Amino acid sequence: MFYREAGDFKTTYKDDNQTFPIKFDRYRYYFVLFVAFALIPFMLNDYWVNAIFMPFLIYSIAAIGLNILVGYCGQVSLGTGGFMAVGAYACYKFMTGIDIWLGGVQYALPPINIFFSVILAGLVTAIVGALFGLPSLRIKGFYLAVATLAAQFFLVWLFNKWEWAYNFSASGQINAPERGIFGVNVTGPNVDAWAKYLFCLVILTICAVVARNLTRGSVGRKWMAIRDMDIAAEIIGVNPLKAKLSAFAVSSFFIGISGALFFSVYLGAVEVGEAFGINKSFLVLFMVIIGGLGSIFGSFAGAAFLVLLPVLLKNVLVGGLGWPTDLAAHLEFLIVGALIIAFLIAEPHGLAQLWRVAKEKLRLWPFPH
Amino acid sequence: MKKTLATMALAATMVAGPVMADLVFPSMSYRTGPYAAGGIPFADGYADYFTLLNERDGGIGGVMTQVPECETAYNTEKGVECYESLKGSGGLVYQPMSTGITYQLIPKVTADDIPMLTTGLGRTSAKNGKVFSHVFNFPANYWDGASGVINYLSGENAGDLKGKKITLIYHNSAYGKEPIRTLENLSVKHGYELKTIPVDHPGQEQKSQWLQIRRDKPDYVVMYGWGVMNQVAIQEAANIRFPMENFIGIWWSGSEVDVLPAGDVADGYKAVTFNGVGRDFPVYDDIQKYVVDAGKAAGNGNQIGTVMYNRGIYAAMLAAESAKTAQEIHGVADITPSMMRDGMEALEMTEEKMTSLGFPNFGPAFKVSCENHGGDGLVGVTQWDATAKEWKLISGFAPSDAEVIQPLIDEDSAAYAKEAGIEAGCK
Repeated sequence: MFYREAGDFKTTYKDDNQTFPIKFDRYRYYFVLFVAFALIPFMLNDYWVNAIFMPFLIYSIAAIGLNILVGYCGQVSLGTGGFMAVGAYACYKFMTGIDIWLGGVQYALPPINIFFSVILAGLVTAIVGALFGLPSLRIKGFYLAVATLAAQFFLVWLFNKWEWAYNFSASGQINAPERGIFGVNVTGPNVDAWAKYLFCLVILTICAVVARNLTRGSVGRKWMAIRDMDIAAEIIGVNPLKAKLSAFAVSSFFIGISGALFFSVYLGAVEVGEAFGINKSFLVLFMVIIGGLGSIFGSFAGAAFLVLLPVLLKNVLVGGLGWPTDLAAHLEFLIVGALIIAFLIAEPHGLAQLWRVAKEKLRLWPFPH
Repeated sequence: MKKTLATMALAATMVAGPVMADLVFPSMSYRTGPYAAGGIPFADGYADYFTLLNERDGGIGGVMTQVPECETAYNTEKGVECYESLKGSGGLVYQPMSTGITYQLIPKVTADDIPMLTTGLGRTSAKNGKVFSHVFNFPANYWDGASGVINYLSGENAGDLKGKKITLIYHNSAYGKEPIRTLENLSVKHGYELKTIPVDHPGQEQKSQWLQIRRDKPDYVVMYGWGVMNQVAIQEAANIRFPMENFIGIWWSGSEVDVLPAGDVADGYKAVTFNGVGRDFPVYDDIQKYVVDAGKAAGNGNQIGTVMYNRGIYAAMLAAESAKTAQEIHGVADITPSMMRDGMEALEMTEEKMTSLGFPNFGPAFKVSCENHGGDGLVGVTQWDATAKEWKLISGFAPSDAEVIQPLIDEDSAAYAKEAGIEAGCK
């Protein structure tokens, strides 16, 4: 009944190759965009935006980034936390005016607009990511995972040690000063919920559209060729150096953006060890695996699952049932863990595959053959 | 999927909204994770004191209190969630019990006009109320602690620390890094040699750090640790046979849970404190009568009388007294967070007041003002007696070195004011 192609005629190749070729899908996509941009901003309060939408939107960007690397290009990375840290600290430097000390004199640029700070932070992270992607040319699989793990630890160490990165503050914390766009604050304490939300949503939408189209195009096909069999890909003319490094760079670009937003818009103050530790790398990797490798929708689903479920459980167990907080916190681990296992047993390819299967079923419904 | 989750969560939060018209003292506790060992007793103490006020006095100024709890697990992201969810309940004062969360909340509470109390933790320069209008860190702060340690050690050495080697082993976070500048500046003044060794979160692995200490052979080791890191450090110190009486921790590294796992070898370990230890205070009779015997103790009820529990009831007492002060100033019983802030800024703790509350000699007497949100920073020293299994106060509350600390506070708060675009001044 749904997802029926019958009657959905296309007369050009362009129509045939669009992102959502099925009409119902396309309308659903417009509907989601409409709700996200035109309805939700009017219904937000501080709790919703800070506890639910901020983490969801920002982790979605990170998951998309990692999905490009792991899901599309097949390069395992455990350095996500470190790359997010690069994004956060780069954003901090740009938004406070990046400086250089020459002979004891400080030369500083004026603070850069927050939107461009975030984009520039992404670019810096892309360079760092490509640099740490170099080992991928020689090593694969678990060995590469270990190399990126080294990046994770090195970067955290670096931002603990390098005083310039945190403007020589006594505690090593970085604090996001008040910054805005078009005269509306998006960072700092005096931010309206909708401004924060829309700022992240716009960036997420751009990221998702770019990622989706990259992965549909020749670049994405090269990545997937490398993922499926690198030797065969090389023989048919895919340059592994370019493909792998571009995957690292693009992936890190997104992760850097998410790190920048994580620091500046969401938390407002971070310290590297606590916010961008190895746990973060695993968390994003789990999002990608649970959501579905090689799927942009999967990145959203995975982020939603791991960010929203604990909050939901907490609200139900503590708020709804009035259980002690520690008991609820422990149960939360149990339930989330059990659900992860259950989902992965039911569908090893993640939530995105469940969605795909559901769509197939709906297509045939109500007369499966 | 997102939408169904959202609606369900909405339903849950709507159920959760507590009844207004109580005085709400939210507790951002952590009863899970690597820092739970310190978080549980503190949270129990905090909750029990308000239970006591409700049961014994019928609340504060005739208005009942309530303590909604939210689990942060010492994690900043959960801290944000907790702050936002507790904000809905109309909390009067937040005590995040985590320096990381404190840093994050400083601009937020100021914007939301809600005070925050960080007893002995948080951002030290918040002592300057001209810049940090909504943040209070009385009665003592990290730099007072560092200075208190040095003063004590100096006293041990007849006022001369020249040429002594002191090593700081610290939790590699904003909390652990706080005292470094103070200790560096003090080293110029006292002439000791300072070395700093970081321990990364959570601090379960410290072999290499203690190997380094063993090689360096410092005269004293100072620790800024928290959670599981403390126990491990004390065990490792015992393993390299470092003399325990030369090992001295900040107040967050000096409770029963930190020393008990090491057993007898922990005997003689020292820690500074800003509040009294043990349960030899009249308030404990009331807690026993109104809270424990009534079966209303928070948690398991097995933490009563520990160092961290004492700190919890102390923090609660300071908050309750601030609320009383606020009620007096504004002449209303049902105060708002904004009034609470005024109460905190006008708080005066005198010896008579504490005695009447059942806390004789429990903490220092101090007076808060707009210029000074941090009290006078009186620091005492406690020592662990492994045979009696109790902490003993071995040095009375003595003032810290304001000569060194005050310029640092002025400098750091000025830097924050510049960064955040705050014009310093009293309201």
